[in-house]
Amino acid sequence: MKLHEYQAKQLLELYGVPTLPGEVATTPLEARKAAEKAGGRNVVKAQIHAGGRGKAGGVKVVDTPAEAETAAASMLGRRLVTHQTPAGGVLVRKALVVSAADIAKELYVAVIMDGDVGAPVVIASTEGGVDIEEIAARTPDKILRVPGDPLIGLTPYKARDLAYALGVPPELVRPTADLIVKLYRLFVEKDCSLVEVNPLVTTKPSRPGQQPRIIALDAKVSLEDDALFRHPELQALHDPEQEEPLELRAAAAELSYVKLEGGRVGCMVNGAGLAMATMDITKWAGADPANFLDVGGSADEKRVEEAYRILVSDPDVKVVLINLFGGILRCDAAARGIVAGAQATRSDLPVVVTMRGTNAEEGLKILADSGLKTHLAHDLAGAADALKELLAASTPTKAPGQQARRR
Amino acid sequence: MGVLVSKDTRLLVQGLGRDGSFQASRARAYGTNMVAAVHPGREGQKFEDTVPYFSSVAQAVKATGANAGVIYVPAPAAADAIIEQADAGMGVIVCVTEGVPVMDMMKTLAYLKGKKSRLIGPNCPGLIQPATKVKIGIIPGNIVNPGRIGIVSRSGTLTYEAVAQLSAHGLGESTCVGIGGDPLHGTTFTDVLGMFQDDPDTDAIVLIGEIGGVREQRAAEFIKARLRKPVVACIVGQTAPPGKRMGHAGAIITGKAALASEKVAALKAAGAHVVDSPAYIGQKVKEVLGR
Repeated sequence: MKLHEYQAKQLLELYGVPTLPGEVATTPLEARKAAEKAGGRNVVKAQIHAGGRGKAGGVKVVDTPAEAETAAASMLGRRLVTHQTPAGGVLVRKALVVSAADIAKELYVAVIMDGDVGAPVVIASTEGGVDIEEIAARTPDKILRVPGDPLIGLTPYKARDLAYALGVPPELVRPTADLIVKLYRLFVEKDCSLVEVNPLVTTKPSRPGQQPRIIALDAKVSLEDDALFRHPELQALHDPEQEEPLELRAAAAELSYVKLEGGRVGCMVNGAGLAMATMDITKWAGADPANFLDVGGSADEKRVEEAYRILVSDPDVKVVLINLFGGILRCDAAARGIVAGAQATRSDLPVVVTMRGTNAEEGLKILADSGLKTHLAHDLAGAADALKELLAASTPTKAPGQQARRR
Repeated sequence: MGVLVSKDTRLLVQGLGRDGSFQASRARAYGTNMVAAVHPGREGQKFEDTVPYFSSVAQAVKATGANAGVIYVPAPAAADAIIEQADAGMGVIVCVTEGVPVMDMMKTLAYLKGKKSRLIGPNCPGLIQPATKVKIGIIPGNIVNPGRIGIVSRSGTLTYEAVAQLSAHGLGESTCVGIGGDPLHGTTFTDVLGMFQDDPDTDAIVLIGEIGGVREQRAAEFIKARLRKPVVACIVGQTAPPGKRMGHAGAIITGKAALASEKVAALKAAGAHVVDSPAYIGQKVKEVLGR
């Protein structure tokens, strides 16, 4: 589960990490008042669950309350499109108004789980303010990695080494090390899958005698869905408006659905690995998958019906590819679910089907007798061939081979 | 005689709710020697009128000599069950449970270091050995056949797919091992490859990987350095976009190394026979074996 920047900063503050919290505005007028209250130069930041806001016009520096109002008006109630959002963008409901910092240096720091190490790892760089992917591509040698220990955590000396390596001014070494340890603790204690501060900044003293500071100027926190059961207070931070409506509907039915941009084959499968394999087969057949729908290992008729309804309510889907391997899942039950889903939605899309395993023959017979436009295949290779034929017969709406959008 | 288990395997099942009971029943029907059931509150009763229930793993092991355990308890309690089995000295622990929090697994894997237990999973289909009729987990017994191909996979249903293709080509399996789809898991590809290397009853290996993590690259390093048996490999998720979790918690592209293309390149460079699509696994194995 992703959090908004303002929510992430609240979590950071809870752990004693210095941020500029600012105020959340839901109307341009509120943004104006927040800027008035803060005084001086402010930054208005659209709150969406995607990066790349700056380049897309979702972050604006303003000098007056009137400018803050105008900036907020340009964001609120509109859809912001960044390189990480779907093509249609994401609706902006909230904007964060926050004092502008006097930045001396922008750094990068993040905590993620490293499956290879078996512990969280702190990733840091002196090149903050740009995407970590960009840092990795441009200056891979400037990325520092410090693993924690699964039982002990991140010991202070490692954080101190990192602070020195980041080249912060001497008086900021301790506060920076302290901040890194706190980010690590937050990551572990709140079951995060990502804690990212980009940029982490050192400030210029604005008047003599003032100390420079280290501040988490932006914050991105993602929580691990599987551990949310033990953090009821964090569950409340969920913002369903930021997600694909079909993904939400699927989650409610305990289905795993992922929307992919630019494709036209809807894939229904049981099992994540088989789902990915089926998507690949679509690709080899010269088309792109429009989505990934995993009904899971033990779905029944009702769940398969809902899965089919979700699949065909995606307007991009022109052909349906169903690949089921019955184990606990019975293919005859699945077939009845598919037929029910097709009848309920009055869908007449062509359907390529392979079914193996438990009650596969009964399932295939149900589909063959259903009146649906089904193309039955014996195995994955056969399914790919059937898909190729169908796609060749229809006019492509998009060029084949087009890449799924980066997210 | 295959890897990890043998005809001497004595199975303990922990967590006999709806799914656990169903799977335990299937394992027994397949021919697996299930000796103990652990489900607090049912001590004194018998599963299917035959297998005694115990309230703790330690008691069960002491009374029955169980040497392999499978876990079907719900995700919040799964890590505790793994630790309980390790403390009872279980040889092989298969955790089928899906959705175990990553932090729980992190601590559990650290705890298991230096202990004699070998953990497979979590979020895995487990393993099956057709020649000895040992089935620990959820791989359907009716699709596998005794044979000389070892399968190791991150995915359950893709394992079935590979098995179906081997069957279509008249081949069978020495042991099928599903290591699971979570980012933090006990037994790795490399571990299982090492076992197949040492197993006189395995002639060739099928490795099914997916996007996310670097475990396939580690497997490639091992294949290059040590493995003297042919490996047919397939990596799924070629079309997955970065940053999206593709069903499995571990199947998410978080950097260049997590891409399918990187894994394919590493495996090819190590000498593995990589097929583009899982549709060609059976055919490729046949080809590699020269039959």
